[in-house]
Amino acid sequence: MSSSAQGAVSITPGAGIRPAQRAPASGSGRDERAARARRLGVRSVALGYLALLLLAPVAMIFYRTFEHGLAPVWSAVTAPNAQHSFWLSLEVVAIAVPLNTVFGVGMALLLERGRFRGKGLLGVLIDLPFAISPVVVGLALVLVYGKTGWFGDWLATNGIQVIFSVPGMVLATAVVSLPFVARETIPVLRELGTDSEQAAETLGASAWQAFWRVTLPGIRWGVVYGVVLTTARALGEFGAVSIVSGRIEGQTQTLPLYVQDRFENFDSTGAYTAAVVLALLALATLLAMNLLTRHTRKRTAA
Amino acid sequence: MAIEVRNVDKRFGDFVALDDVTMTVGDGALTALLGPSGSGKSTLLRIIAGLETPDSGQVVIGGEDVTSSAARTRGVGFVFQHYAPFKHMSVHDNVAFGLSVRKRPKDEIAERVKELLGLVRLDGLAERYPSQLSGGQLQRMALARALAVQPQVLLLDEPFGALDAQVRAELREWLRRLHEEIHVTTVFVTHDQEEAMEVAEQIVVMNKGRIEQAGSPRHLYESPTNEFVMSFIGPVNRIGDAFLRPHDIQILPESDGTGTEALIERVVHLGFEVRVELKLHDGRDVWAQVTREEARQLELTEGQILSVRLPAPRVFSS
Repeated sequence: MSSSAQGAVSITPGAGIRPAQRAPASGSGRDERAARARRLGVRSVALGYLALLLLAPVAMIFYRTFEHGLAPVWSAVTAPNAQHSFWLSLEVVAIAVPLNTVFGVGMALLLERGRFRGKGLLGVLIDLPFAISPVVVGLALVLVYGKTGWFGDWLATNGIQVIFSVPGMVLATAVVSLPFVARETIPVLRELGTDSEQAAETLGASAWQAFWRVTLPGIRWGVVYGVVLTTARALGEFGAVSIVSGRIEGQTQTLPLYVQDRFENFDSTGAYTAAVVLALLALATLLAMNLLTRHTRKRTAA
Repeated sequence: MAIEVRNVDKRFGDFVALDDVTMTVGDGALTALLGPSGSGKSTLLRIIAGLETPDSGQVVIGGEDVTSSAARTRGVGFVFQHYAPFKHMSVHDNVAFGLSVRKRPKDEIAERVKELLGLVRLDGLAERYPSQLSGGQLQRMALARALAVQPQVLLLDEPFGALDAQVRAELREWLRRLHEEIHVTTVFVTHDQEEAMEVAEQIVVMNKGRIEQAGSPRHLYESPTNEFVMSFIGPVNRIGDAFLRPHDIQILPESDGTGTEALIERVVHLGFEVRVELKLHDGRDVWAQVTREEARQLELTEGQILSVRLPAPRVFSS
């Protein structure tokens, strides 16, 4: 079940944000009818696919959650472990997302503006988290930061616990959601071009001033979109966090882990409720960005 | 401030953009860098601005060697070909940018911006955003933005390139008058010889990374030193190695039997100017430029055979 909740989280952002392409109106009647039929066909297939894979399962979860009224939902939401996992998820996201935002923007600048050897390789490396299974990421982190890992001794003597604790979960979450900001920012950065930055430079701006006043505002929608995707991915992360956290109830259980835990213990109401909360969080992220985008875009018409 | 460029070389990979370029722009002059695309004119402008670094050579502005100083310290105003507006800022904030990064007091900035918007005739549009302006307005905003920091030198890259013909003509005239008003040393890049002749006091003709000739528009037109300048500046007929200006070809009244025999293949009326395409008796094609009045008096018609007098053609040793 947790996997479908995760699906709802990571797929909806794209559908919600990218504006639909409208085909230009065509000329004669027959062509137009054929074009309309084609459009209708394409739309039905797309919607049908979406309904089958996404809408139906998500709707099912909502239905099952509220099947027996609000009282069981309320007690599931207020259960101490549920509460703890909710706040823990937010904590992990609140650390991992800003880290990845700064890293992603920096990486995008490096890849798009920099001139150095091995740039192509770096571009591939950034995408690696997309290609590697999160479980493998989790295992790899344990191998490096765990008790028997490379830094294990050093971390232990300095009293820092990474694996089975929040730092490890943040690391795991950061790794799996690493590429989003850079990948969304690079094309926007390319489109912005270097002219306006150079204009700022000739007007006396330092590199720092040019970045804050010209580059960053110019790429902000790409960054925002990347942050939304990162947040959604981070909220839903299961595999990597599942390994590094040790899944200690009431301690290192994030929301997706909690969903899994409830499901395995035959507490379907608990599982469904947590899944709904997860979906609502993702929805809130999306909605917040949409409102923000619409509000600012109208003003600057950029 | 005068600009001096000394022995500048610039390569991009195997491509030689500038090959030992030396030039001088006088204090307060209005100069055009003229040449076909790929001639290195934009690269030269960007090197003067500090947006590119020369491989060798020097750039001197106002007697000071600025070759190794950053663009932001050169006191240069640069207007980009596509204006490079800050799209997320209002017209006011665009123009104010240079002053606000210098942390000038707010009321001083407001006053200066107002004055500049008046100068470029954009008063009342201060709160607009670049996406709400026309090409000509964007161009003038970019100019006001560059002038806000009182540059010693104003550089414009193809300033009228992206505008339609009518706006172009207006802006040319306006740039000329603006230059008379503020008298800042100005260099602009263009591939349009007519534009260069109309606006500039001095033209530097570039080709394949080298300077072919520099001088006043009239000087270049009347005494080109090589065939590139001859054929790039003003209309030209080429007969083998020889060059003729179309307006130097004299069409004689039919009664006169002297001169070379020619067949009129086509007469094109371009308003005041009439273009007459001729085939000479030896088969060579040339065209002559006459006024509307001359064409009427000579009763030029297609298919007519008459005689023309050709001036001594110019031949350049290569």
